[in-house]
Amino acid sequence: MDGAPTAPETIKEAEQELTRVPLVLHRRNFSWLTERISGVVEQPAPRWWWVAFAITSSAATFGLFCIGYQISTGVGTWGNQIPVGWAWDITNFVFWIGIGHAGTLISAILFLLHQKWRTSINRSAEAMTLFAVICAAIFPGIHVGRFWMAWYMAPMPNNWGIWQNFRSALMWDVFAVSTYFTVSVLFWYTGLIPDLATLRDRATTKVRKFLFGIFACGWRGSNRNWRHYEMAYLLLAGLSTPLVLSVHSVVSFDFASTLIPTWHTTIFPPYFVAGAIFGGFAMVLTLLLPARAIFKLHDVITPQHVDKMAKIILLTGSFVAYAYTMEFFVAWYSGNSYEKFAFWNRIFGPYWWYWWFGMLFCNCLSPQLFWFSWCRRNVFVVFFVCMCVNAGMWFERFIIIAGGLVRDFLPSSWRVFHPTWVDIWTYIGTIGIFTSLFLLFIRFLPMIAMSEVKTAVPEADPHYGTLPGVQSVSPGGKERTR
Amino acid sequence: MMRTPAGHKVYAMAAEYPSAAALYEAAKHVRDAGFKRWDVYSPFPIHGMDEAMGLGKSWLSGWVLFGGVTGLLTAAVVEFGPSSILYQLDVHGKPWNFWTVPAFFPIMFELTVLFGAFAAFFSMLGMNGLPRWYHPMFNWERFIRVSNDGFFLAIESHDPRFTENGVRELLERTGGEHITIVHED
Repeated sequence: MDGAPTAPETIKEAEQELTRVPLVLHRRNFSWLTERISGVVEQPAPRWWWVAFAITSSAATFGLFCIGYQISTGVGTWGNQIPVGWAWDITNFVFWIGIGHAGTLISAILFLLHQKWRTSINRSAEAMTLFAVICAAIFPGIHVGRFWMAWYMAPMPNNWGIWQNFRSALMWDVFAVSTYFTVSVLFWYTGLIPDLATLRDRATTKVRKFLFGIFACGWRGSNRNWRHYEMAYLLLAGLSTPLVLSVHSVVSFDFASTLIPTWHTTIFPPYFVAGAIFGGFAMVLTLLLPARAIFKLHDVITPQHVDKMAKIILLTGSFVAYAYTMEFFVAWYSGNSYEKFAFWNRIFGPYWWYWWFGMLFCNCLSPQLFWFSWCRRNVFVVFFVCMCVNAGMWFERFIIIAGGLVRDFLPSSWRVFHPTWVDIWTYIGTIGIFTSLFLLFIRFLPMIAMSEVKTAVPEADPHYGTLPGVQSVSPGGKERTR
Repeated sequence: MMRTPAGHKVYAMAAEYPSAAALYEAAKHVRDAGFKRWDVYSPFPIHGMDEAMGLGKSWLSGWVLFGGVTGLLTAAVVEFGPSSILYQLDVHGKPWNFWTVPAFFPIMFELTVLFGAFAAFFSMLGMNGLPRWYHPMFNWERFIRVSNDGFFLAIESHDPRFTENGVRELLERTGGEHITIVHED
């Protein structure tokens, strides 16, 4: 450079820069990123996509049939019976809404914390959020039994002069979930606008040009626009941050504000939020590891990204394990015999193996593998743990919900819940809806936020090449993650 | 209104720059030369470009504050109206006097966030003049790379300091390539 002697501190700083692993490997440049990410959308659908979509959309269709059957016949098509009035329906609701949380955490909280690695995964994680919330929103609607009266949940004037109870946790939930979905859509679409402009500019057919042109809103990358855009993005992140923490807290109020033993606890809001992020990150990895392998995106979703997500799973998984432990401790320490009985019932009652397998093995023990860096590096181990967590979080919700109800205060009314085929296929149907929507998403929209991931490339720095240290991010720098 | 020899209206004189860093440096020169009606175009937001262009903070945040307060007040009306006046609901004999107001906070919070987010999204579009069907910059065939890897700077002909030779000289001096006149129509 200018040949002036450099202070030792500067050299140290420069060395630190040197050892930082680049977020985009092999020095891929801007046009490579555009080409590779847009290419996924622009090439004709590969055969595996059609096969996968045929399977998932069939499951979705049958799930919709089950929903139709349940609506037309009644809630009796499910196994729900007193005392287990909430079973798979609300389990699925909490399961799906929890999955969404990872997307918002990645897009909002990691953005506020300047975690640039989020840029490779935020788009697909946000899409996952939307699809999970769509699946979640089905269940409260249909479990009320008279689906055509679901509009009672909305506060609007009606000719009976009846209004909602705004002091009810269930009413809060209506607002929390609908706000969550709407804000997630806005956030996602705001992030998509510059990438839709990329697809518009690359479009070869008239239809694509027109459609992407409409949805890109005439975006032209002007810095006067970026200025407002970045402020909007920052504020959406700022608004979403308390939102993501609130949604699952409000979901947990549905339980915590009742008097059922195992439900009536103050630990629920943080415990639910940690569990949601835990389960959500597992689902992000479940979707992204195959997508990365199929579309050869290893230079964008690098081992470093997987490693960091695995660490978040370890952290939140340990929160969850701690919360489970505290529940047992409090049940014992409170001296409340109903509480003690309910927790005893949890590990030795009718759903004992759900607890031993789902909560203990899948949720508490399996993520502990991520203490070892070779486990975080091995995609098969990561995928295995994520599948454990996906299953474990469903079991956890089922144990909390049905396990809390199955042996209530009156032993004469005890009754074990058995799912019917409608229960099972409605759940499989929502998995089909979720995966079908995700498959459509990766076909038609860029699954990685191009305009954001480009900012993680060293050349995006306005001082690139003008200051020492900035240009020296080496291609195979020593891994810093350990 | 400037016109080209062929009779096209002139929107701006524009140049392409090889990198984000070059565009950043060029923007500082154009700012210091005193131009007001100009813009830079890049595939991603460049850190520090607002200062390099001499632009201040975006006051989009004001709209978001407005949206958030509107949401809060809306929630207050939606909750207090029915619960205190229209339909005083006694559930399980639980209290429903003024001191139960914390039970209204979750919905107040949700609507604050909801309206704030709507304000952020729509004021982003509104303040940027989007959506729009057409912009003169799209008349330049090289500009298609702005959403891929192109970095552009354009000084509008409406700028009081705009002179064809002066601007061309400035763009050349700052390292601009493919300097061209961009048509308005």
